[in-house]
Amino acid sequence: MKIDLTDTTASKINKALVQGRRAIGTPAVGMVLTMVIVTDEENAYDSIKAAEEASHEHPSRTLVVIKRQARTPRDRTQSRLDAEVRVGADAGTGETVVLRTYGEVSDHADSVVLPLLLPDAPVVVWWPVEAPEVPSKDPLGALAQRRITDLYAVENPLEALQTRVRSYAPGDTDLAWTRLTPWRSMLAAALDQARERVISAAVEAEADNPAAELLARWLEARLHVRVDRVVTAGPVVTAVRLGTERGEIVIDRPEGPLATLTLPGQPPRTLALKVRATSELIAEELRRLDADEMYAIALNGEATEETPAHV
Amino acid sequence: MSEQIPQTAEQETIGTKEDKEARAAQEAAGVEQTGVSGHAAPPAEHGDPDFTNPLRDAQDRRLPRIAGPSGLVIFGVTGDLSRKKLMPAVYDLANRGLLPPGFSLVGFARRDWEDQDFAQVVHDAVREHARTPFREEVWQQLSEGMRFIPGDFDDDTAFKQLRSAVDELDASRGTGGNYAFYLSVPPKFFPKVVQQLKKHGLADAGEDSWRRAVIEKPFGHDLKSAEELNSLVHDVFDPEQVFRIDHYLGKETVQNILALRFANQMFEPIWNRSYVDHVQITMAEDIGIGGRAGYYDGIGAARDVIQNHLLQLMALTAMEEPAAFDAASLLTEKLKVLRAVRLPEDLGRHTVRGQYADGWQGGTKVSGYLEEEGIDQASTTDTYAAVKLQVDNRRWAGVPFYLRTGKRLGRRVTEIAVVFQRAPHSPFDSTATEELGSNAIVIRVQPDEGMTVRFGSKVPGTSMEIRDVTMDFAYGESFTESSPEAYERLILDVLLGDANLFPRHQEVEESWKILDPIEQYWATHGRPAQYASGSWGPAEADEMLTRDGRSWRRP
Repeated sequence: MKIDLTDTTASKINKALVQGRRAIGTPAVGMVLTMVIVTDEENAYDSIKAAEEASHEHPSRTLVVIKRQARTPRDRTQSRLDAEVRVGADAGTGETVVLRTYGEVSDHADSVVLPLLLPDAPVVVWWPVEAPEVPSKDPLGALAQRRITDLYAVENPLEALQTRVRSYAPGDTDLAWTRLTPWRSMLAAALDQARERVISAAVEAEADNPAAELLARWLEARLHVRVDRVVTAGPVVTAVRLGTERGEIVIDRPEGPLATLTLPGQPPRTLALKVRATSELIAEELRRLDADEMYAIALNGEATEETPAHV
Repeated sequence: MSEQIPQTAEQETIGTKEDKEARAAQEAAGVEQTGVSGHAAPPAEHGDPDFTNPLRDAQDRRLPRIAGPSGLVIFGVTGDLSRKKLMPAVYDLANRGLLPPGFSLVGFARRDWEDQDFAQVVHDAVREHARTPFREEVWQQLSEGMRFIPGDFDDDTAFKQLRSAVDELDASRGTGGNYAFYLSVPPKFFPKVVQQLKKHGLADAGEDSWRRAVIEKPFGHDLKSAEELNSLVHDVFDPEQVFRIDHYLGKETVQNILALRFANQMFEPIWNRSYVDHVQITMAEDIGIGGRAGYYDGIGAARDVIQNHLLQLMALTAMEEPAAFDAASLLTEKLKVLRAVRLPEDLGRHTVRGQYADGWQGGTKVSGYLEEEGIDQASTTDTYAAVKLQVDNRRWAGVPFYLRTGKRLGRRVTEIAVVFQRAPHSPFDSTATEELGSNAIVIRVQPDEGMTVRFGSKVPGTSMEIRDVTMDFAYGESFTESSPEAYERLILDVLLGDANLFPRHQEVEESWKILDPIEQYWATHGRPAQYASGSWGPAEADEMLTRDGRSWRRP
């Protein structure tokens, strides 16, 4: 069910949530986290949809903060909060509150969000677009254990990547990094099989792809070799080559979801490497809410001290 | 390549007799050995044996455990289990990216099929039963590695064909000689298949590779037959490489028993005789024996369910904290508790068996067990069994464990209920607490996996009245959809060589030691009680608990 509230406050929204839950007869479901989405009107629909799909795996309360630009100068001075409360079938498996802020309250969105957080449950903030320079210092970002940005959504990703490197704080993560998980796990599995020291490496991808850059940095940090960046026509990452003394390990995905894995001395094999939907990326992000140390290592790209592998 | 002493766990457990002797010698000489279980590194195929993969790191928890290069050979691939559970599980694993590139699936059955026919059967099974959505590219990756071997189990040419198929897959798919043989066949064929595997050299793992056997229940029908079966299988496969599937142990809730007990502080202090009154473990089915008369008659509910599933659940509920979460430590603790199980002295008063009679089950008229097709009119096979067990140790002395299972009961449910003692003193008068039962923690294993805590709460209103309320944790609510099927988890564990969730032969034998005296008593005393289909079992079972001043929960 949907409850619309105009010119409202956080406590009224809280009341509406309880009222909505009572009305549909499911008080207190086992929601595991609060997801805060900070976005603009244009991207709100897709983000909410992705979050609702992800909520099938992680039932959550989703708070969508949309900062509105008022049209007239008089409206701009006025501060107003509108809310749309969705519970039950309209909100995936959890609850969704869409908050629209006008005027001054836009700068104090955290004061609206704070009372609406689930008690004692982790908080995740996701900026589908226009992430702040320093996510951890952002008023909303500071409320969260986990801050999700997306380098794919910025104009100049490689520059933004450098900003992320400088502003990194534990709990930061980026969907460009999440997109790499299938690649990384296949590369690790390939190396499990080859069991050879890697002496050279190359990442082939379309120009200015932040995921490819992260992948290259991760490989550099882990393998202690220089990784060549080769520009191809794309889409996104098309191949990774790891040179060993016995030959090359190649995962090649020229197009589409099917890739080919080649190991030295072994026949080539096909493997499925799909480009995943945003909801799947978010679902993966929410699986672990502690700091992603490996992302930090990949961001910095510097070889760090050896840590023992799985025993 | 070198001839060094194998270092990784997998290499260590590879089992030929010579290996075992060599290992014993090493142990005697004080050569350090790694543990046999846990998250072992995938086996070396070639390259440096001391190689540690720089792309893996304990901190990098996004990377899933992917099985090393391997293949799965299923015997009896045309069976129900294989179509409904195994094939979909293999696909789901592939879809989640947990199978190695080049993973191969070999089917063996008496059908006149080509590889494509087999692939079609798997395709249909996956379409119908898989948990995750069908994706063409995953299917393509998987179907390239499918082979089918037609033949009987005593057909030498078929096993020769299997041998060459396996060798061919090693060459064309890079499976590295690592194979799990899944024996999804009736127990009478076990010896034949296992011997054939041995005869054709399929059970011998080469250097740096493994061969594993996966077997399903029943693991014998009494201690003697279980021992025979074990020695037969162990003659061919190293005991560490034999994986016994008890699909209950692959369920999330069952694994969660350990998390609940040992990762929390609030349950363990009351998990003992000072607070617990008794424990009820129930596995109820609403279906009859269906077409399984041939298998079921003469086996019965106790052998079919109590011996494996219920005693395993009991062991997990009652065991002490393991030193570590690995197969060896878990085995130690489970064995300890199974060895401490004591049977009631008067088996007639504290065990009950029953047979379902005709009746109405959920709106359908159903016939009784003795009227089922293929069942002897004079059959004394139990379709319901309830037993009372004691655990003789400091934690549980005096706390009875009631285990019951049955077919054609009210509904399909499996649960563990830990029922607590009443509060020692109640400041409220008796009318206030009239409706208050005992506190309980119920672990719902299936369906609707989760946990319920039952306790008393004041009814809103002016008078003081206390009534039972429940607090509920449901997997479906807190972690919806993603919880994998038991078989997915178990097949992956077999390929990884992680034996945590598989009962070892010692446990199987210990369980038979518990059940055999009961079966012997039943064989010589009386007949099974009749109970109406759709009810919660025979009246004798209720009397059994009434005698102890308790009653069965309605699950």
